[in-house]
Amino acid sequence: MILNRRALLKATSVSALGLAAPALIRSARADAPIKMAALLDQSGGLDLLGTPMLEATKLAVKEINAGGGLLGRQIDLITYDPQTTIQFYTQFATQAAAGEHVDVVQGGITSASREAIRPVLDRFQTLYFYNTFYEGGVCDSNTFCTGSTPAQTVEKLVPYAMKKWGKKVYVVAADYNYGQITSEWVKKYVRDNGGTTVAVEFFPLDVTNFGPTIKKIEAAKPDFVMSALVGAAHISFYRQYAAVALNKSIPIASTVFTVGGEHTLVAPEESEGMLVSFAYFEEIETPANKKFIADLRANASKKINYVSEVTARSYEGVYLWAEGVRKAGTTERTAVIKALRSPVGVDGPSGKLTIEPKTNHLLQNIYLAEVKNQKLNIVQSFPAQPPTDTLLVCDLNAKPDQATFYFENGLEAAGIK
Amino acid sequence: MDYVVVLVLQIIYGIANLALIGLGLAIIFGMMRVINLAHGEFLMLGGYAVVVSTNLGVNIWIAMLVLAPLVVGIIGVVVERVLIRFLYGRTVDTLLATWGLSLFLVGIVTAIFGPQTSTTISPPIGAIAVGDYASSGYELFLILLTLALFGAVFAVLRYSRLGLLARGTMQRADMAAALGVSTSRIYMITFGLGSAVAGLAGGVLAPITGVVPTIGATYIAKAFITVITGGTAILAGTATAAGLLGAMNGIVTFLTGPTVGEVALLAAAIVLLRLMPSGITGRFFRKSL
Repeated sequence: MILNRRALLKATSVSALGLAAPALIRSARADAPIKMAALLDQSGGLDLLGTPMLEATKLAVKEINAGGGLLGRQIDLITYDPQTTIQFYTQFATQAAAGEHVDVVQGGITSASREAIRPVLDRFQTLYFYNTFYEGGVCDSNTFCTGSTPAQTVEKLVPYAMKKWGKKVYVVAADYNYGQITSEWVKKYVRDNGGTTVAVEFFPLDVTNFGPTIKKIEAAKPDFVMSALVGAAHISFYRQYAAVALNKSIPIASTVFTVGGEHTLVAPEESEGMLVSFAYFEEIETPANKKFIADLRANASKKINYVSEVTARSYEGVYLWAEGVRKAGTTERTAVIKALRSPVGVDGPSGKLTIEPKTNHLLQNIYLAEVKNQKLNIVQSFPAQPPTDTLLVCDLNAKPDQATFYFENGLEAAGIK
Repeated sequence: MDYVVVLVLQIIYGIANLALIGLGLAIIFGMMRVINLAHGEFLMLGGYAVVVSTNLGVNIWIAMLVLAPLVVGIIGVVVERVLIRFLYGRTVDTLLATWGLSLFLVGIVTAIFGPQTSTTISPPIGAIAVGDYASSGYELFLILLTLALFGAVFAVLRYSRLGLLARGTMQRADMAAALGVSTSRIYMITFGLGSAVAGLAGGVLAPITGVVPTIGATYIAKAFITVITGGTAILAGTATAAGLLGAMNGIVTFLTGPTVGEVALLAAAIVLLRLMPSGITGRFFRKSL
């Protein structure tokens, strides 16, 4: 490239304008719509979760707009379909933040997608809400993780299952960061409750033949199996497990099952009796939840099979953010973050939610449920549970300037025994 | 002792599983040299044929063993007529065209059935006891079915007039045509037959793996690895490759875990192809089918 004086001047003045432009535009058009981006897979495998999550996001935006909008302005929802491809996540996050100058991004489903877009949104100073349950450990002043974490769910599930079935546990998990880290939490809680983990096995996401492992489980004779298997291919584990009638003698508890409505995808006897724990189930018997389910199904453009935590939390995530904006009286990022951490709370379909300011996670209700004839029968509930896993490593009050994922290299690296 | 029996059965099932998902591709790729990247989706369509027809009240055995191969065989013939027949001998073009076809099939099935599909059909055969251990009766059935399927394909290719014409056409299409064989029809029938075998495999696997529109992606890589490692003789090649790779995968999975088991399968395939670039049957069993 030949660089002459004129070209150089032109280039620098344009880039200077470019830097100043967002501020100019924002202050100039106060009545323009507030922009929200949603990055949720609508195709390519994870559409199984992404489709209902986007419908829930749309419903929340529609309700807020119908109620007069936010600060007298309408919310303009811009949706992207990352197609279950990490590369598109990065691309669309950049587009939303740098191109569209959105005020908030909601989305990301897998931990891998979250870790792809979180640095991008940090760099472009765009507020980020991640609404999926995950392995815990994100400590980022710009990111709000509204899903449940292992200290909220696994910590309840493991002792309950051990009390019910026994102390010998066999762990099967998906072979990527969620499965790896979650299985470490399982081992920790099994040990804390005086039990033993017989073995831990990891499966690549495209494995469909679980025969060898099922035989190993049969030989190891654990009291129950703890599963953190993820995705469509892994559902075959439950089918093949039931095909040798092992589900009658060695029951299963899972940290993932039912989130994609899996219990309605397999035969009733294949999922009967399984234990799961989440921050939300469709079966929660409150008027607020019944209204949410009815409205969601009535407004959805596609059929929604089962409404699980990720779907409800995508809806509640929008309301949490909206509450922050309302309290701040502006969409300016630092003011909204301050307001959110003051802290704000909302009453959603899952119950009362409050932001926990040390971690930007949530105090939330946790439910334990048993699969009964393809329905979830809630057996126990725990109100306002703190994210104690992330609290072990993260304190944004003491050290606000952080954007770290502490559990990236496992729990031991994070100093948790 | 019981445990050993159960383990051996399990390894044989792993082998049968590879052979079953690879056979349809072996016919289409091994015989016709058509790189069919939509093979996984043919298996998926077989699965959907079973799910849809059982939901409509069809007996599961009829759905798996008759309807699945029939439906996918017909789809295969249609695909051959409107797409593949223009592309014989153009390897790269068929590769792109069948890849496009696979995306199209995933898209259209997602549009019709949605991203998740309820497969509430259980394997029609329950567990069988081997001493203190339980083994899946259905997996045993799949092993026998794979053997029968190989026998049937062998009989058709070796002893029937159609098989003779097909083999002749694949070896020298010009000569076959000069002798009065309608090679275009033979290509169509062979492609249809390969598709039907894929459909049958997809159909019988549906009760233990379930179906979603994207399930094909989990089969395609293994099917290709098996067929390419097998080499030119489609039946002997697929069987020996499935035997070696399946046993490797099964044994290593028992000893370590599934992740290393998958790695071992791939490593074995790479080593085999390095030593025998034209596949196992490029060196051994060269005269076999």
